[in-house]
Amino acid sequence: MRIVANRDRCVGAGQCVLVDPDAFDQDDADGLVVLLRAEPHAGDELARAREAVNVCPGRALSLAD
Amino acid sequence: MTSPTISFTRTDPYRPPADHVRLQAEAPISRVQRPDGRRLWVLTRHEDVRAMLMDTRFSSDRRDPRHPAHMAHMGPDYKPGLIEMDPPDHTALRRSLIGEFTVSRLGAWRPRIQEMVDESIDALLAGPAPVDLVEALSLPIPSMVISELLGVPYADHDFFQENSANFSRIDTTPEQKGAAVANLRGYIADLVQQKVKQPGDDLLSRQLAAGVSPEDLGPIGFLLLIAGHETTANMISLSIATLLDKREKLEAVRDDPAITVGAVEELLRYFTIAEVGHQRLALADIEIGGVLIKEGETVFGLANTANRDASVFPEPDELDFTRLARNHLAFGFGPHQCLGQNLARLELEVVLATVLRRIPTLRLAVPFDEIPFKENGPNYGVNELKVAW
Repeated sequence: MRIVANRDRCVGAGQCVLVDPDAFDQDDADGLVVLLRAEPHAGDELARAREAVNVCPGRALSLAD
Repeated sequence: MTSPTISFTRTDPYRPPADHVRLQAEAPISRVQRPDGRRLWVLTRHEDVRAMLMDTRFSSDRRDPRHPAHMAHMGPDYKPGLIEMDPPDHTALRRSLIGEFTVSRLGAWRPRIQEMVDESIDALLAGPAPVDLVEALSLPIPSMVISELLGVPYADHDFFQENSANFSRIDTTPEQKGAAVANLRGYIADLVQQKVKQPGDDLLSRQLAAGVSPEDLGPIGFLLLIAGHETTANMISLSIATLLDKREKLEAVRDDPAITVGAVEELLRYFTIAEVGHQRLALADIEIGGVLIKEGETVFGLANTANRDASVFPEPDELDFTRLARNHLAFGFGPHQCLGQNLARLELEVVLATVLRRIPTLRLAVPFDEIPFKENGPNYGVNELKVAW
């Protein structure tokens, strides 16, 4: 599985960073999402990726095969 | 569906308004009558409120006379604030500001916020008990934090704090409130001019450097001040009152400070203090939860009942610090989700952990059911919190 981040939809809330700071960060200039680890391993990493997708207020994150 | 009126008054400090709970149980999507006679769709379920808040065809532009929060002075020339705008204008303005509020950037403020909280607690412990914690801690901390973020010189902190407290306090007259607003607006406009001449390492100076005009920056600075001041203060007061009332919860956090993060998130969900930001105008026919909302109709999403939706939060009326449910709507959802949410989280975390560690004998100086809660909104909170130690 791969995390896909759509910066056009991102609202810079930082929810994904709270869920998994190893996978997500924010650009200092515009606050938008930066992917640090796009391919989560099955288990905890994938569970956190799913949670980040769920809590994203801009619907900017998704998981793809 | 009938057209009842609904009350926003809370009668149980630990529950959303009874009318809202009843609506969620009996008619989760319904039309109600406002006091002025206009009708409003009310959404109460988590899924429906989220769907509405993230769909920008539900407009936030209050200049439209059909918008439920439109006021007479919001004519075509009115300059809307961030929460009163739609894309693409909203997107551009939000992106110009939100880099200041990223999780990592705010994290760098933690040691400074810790210092401020420690100094306030030093002063509190040096004085007599009982003391009103709202005055001693809840209102000053967010005011001090935002003033340093904006770049208010230290010498002006007292002026800044006194006026922002007068704006938020219950016992000030409308005249005093008006004067406080005028003082703060004038002060921030002057401060912006100072930053034009002598830029510093602060939010206002960086906005000017990025090309924001001094005329536009004053109102932005004012919004950043008021949006996070009373709201954060209310959450600090409610959280401490709750921990002092529910001792087993207090002990859980004190014995394991690592759960403070979960406690803050759960307290945010549990109280969901701000509701007024969730009113929208439908700009198209849109189906929500199987109900067609027509163009021109107005919608109110009740985040407080959405955050007690049992299909999302099992045992929703339980205050469970291990839940760590980040999908609550206390800061809203969609493109308008609170700009300062991570600053609020940080302040709450530092305040709660520090109060519990440094004042282990802290107790309520009045019975819990005699605490004057802000029962009639617009934001839920506490007017006065007398404590002793």
